Amino acid sequence: MSGPFLSSSGAPPPEPAIRIREFNLWYGTFQALFDINLEIKNGLITSLIGPSGCGKSTLLRSVDRINERLGYVRIRGSIEVFGQEIHAPQVEPAQLRKQVGMVFQRPNPLPISIRDNVLFGYRIHHEKGGRLARSEADGIVEEALRQVLLWDQVKDRLDHKATDGLSLEAMQKLCIARLLPVKPSILLMDEPCSALDPRGTAAVEELIWELRDRYSILIVTHNMAQARRASDECVFMLMGRVVEHAPTDQLFVTPAHRETADYIEGRFG
Amino acid sequence: MFEATSVNHHNDRVQKQVKILFGIMLALLIIPMVVIVATLLIKGSPIVNLSFIFEDPKDGMTAGGIFPALLGTIWLVAVSLLASVPLGVAAAIYLSEYAPDNLLTRLIHLATINLAGVPSIVHALFGVGAFVVFFRFGTSILAASLTLAIMTLPVVIVSSWEALQSVPRSFREACWNMGATRWQTIWHVVLPNAITGILTGVILQVSRAAGETAPIMFTGAAMFLPFLPNSVFDQTMALALHLFVVATQVPNVPESLPFGVALVLVGIVLLMNSVAIWIRLRLRRKKKW
Repeated sequence: MSGPFLSSSGAPPPEPAIRIREFNLWYGTFQALFDINLEIKNGLITSLIGPSGCGKSTLLRSVDRINERLGYVRIRGSIEVFGQEIHAPQVEPAQLRKQVGMVFQRPNPLPISIRDNVLFGYRIHHEKGGRLARSEADGIVEEALRQVLLWDQVKDRLDHKATDGLSLEAMQKLCIARLLPVKPSILLMDEPCSALDPRGTAAVEELIWELRDRYSILIVTHNMAQARRASDECVFMLMGRVVEHAPTDQLFVTPAHRETADYIEGRFG
Repeated sequence: MFEATSVNHHNDRVQKQVKILFGIMLALLIIPMVVIVATLLIKGSPIVNLSFIFEDPKDGMTAGGIFPALLGTIWLVAVSLLASVPLGVAAAIYLSEYAPDNLLTRLIHLATINLAGVPSIVHALFGVGAFVVFFRFGTSILAASLTLAIMTLPVVIVSSWEALQSVPRSFREACWNMGATRWQTIWHVVLPNAITGILTGVILQVSRAAGETAPIMFTGAAMFLPFLPNSVFDQTMALALHLFVVATQVPNVPESLPFGVALVLVGIVLLMNSVAIWIRLRLRRKKKW
């Protein structure tokens, strides 16, 4: 099962992290995505931008197959993660989601201790029901929290409940940290800063930039400025279609399409 | 700067009237309860002592104790909980976590709520047909307990379902997105958060199972038995039925006797409830959320 997904360590493979081909999606009879063709490069930050309802969140949620939880979703087309078709019958959603972590708009830590939050994913994917030695667990917790720049802030209260006493910013960092112990290679983020104040936004953006080399990051954002300063490539979507996909500088300075130019200049959206 | 206007006066008056009205309604609810408990205590407590609790009835049930009935009630409640809680919680988990949200599921939910309102005598007749006759359990603790279980099951299911539904969706999403399976999500996140709500529903059903007379009358409870039950296939006496019998069926019973039985019945229900509340508090403290 782990064969095609074992590309997270070592040199970045030449293939794209995510390859989407002729992907269509319907909510009931409403078609939300039309013939999406997209290659998300490995090890970069790619922003998905576009006006509300353009399908960017739907596309993001298709990559870890979380849309399937809604019974009325139909899809056609293909999404590959490191060359592995994620809709192939032998791919377990649980296995896919280990490889592809998701961060939500509103931080959603579980109502357990900070420590248990970080270890949660590791435990459920671990063979022996997640029983691990204290020292090993401590190491995992510290490493994950250090990676998200949260360690110094919470190291003295790891046993406190994560749902109270933490700022939204810290909670969001924790939600990123808890993905890391299962060693994902792709992080999906659905407007991760939109619930945060400007300082929190800056801090989380800084963190995302820190994570850039180790993970391929696909991030949905409403915030043009954020897309511009904190991503390598940008994808502009409109009415369920990809209009333009280009390096961020190029897309913002010399957009190839009229709609892109209109949107980034704030004429609609 | 401001002057009191007639509108203000009117609002003030309505405010006070509403508060008084609702206060009176609360009092109307509380007063009967206080009167009942006080009457039980005043008329029943002189007769209730250790020998009343631990001795057999004597002289055609006009004297002596109530031990067989007390023990029988504990048997009935315990066995019925053993049947209804696992079954009810499992059904609620299925309805809440696995079943698709479609017409059938909603119909089942609605039907379950309505089942909770079926009169207990109907459950009793079902119990006779199903457990006493069809499964050949005879009139026994088992048949009576299962009948009580059937009667309490709908409320256990509905209250458990509501407890499960009250667990925020974001917790489930967080779990799924870390690759947890449905069962891992239920076991690690949903159930621990719902358990206190589930126990609340169970607590209510303990009282109901202990107090109902009709469902056990035809299925396993006897008016008088000269021996204590040895297994779930024996008949038993039960407090609720015993109360009915000494209050209405047996001549020359001293007035304090039925009140004593009622007091013990209320006491045992309170005791069982406090055990459940204690478990609930422990669980709440043990889990870290």
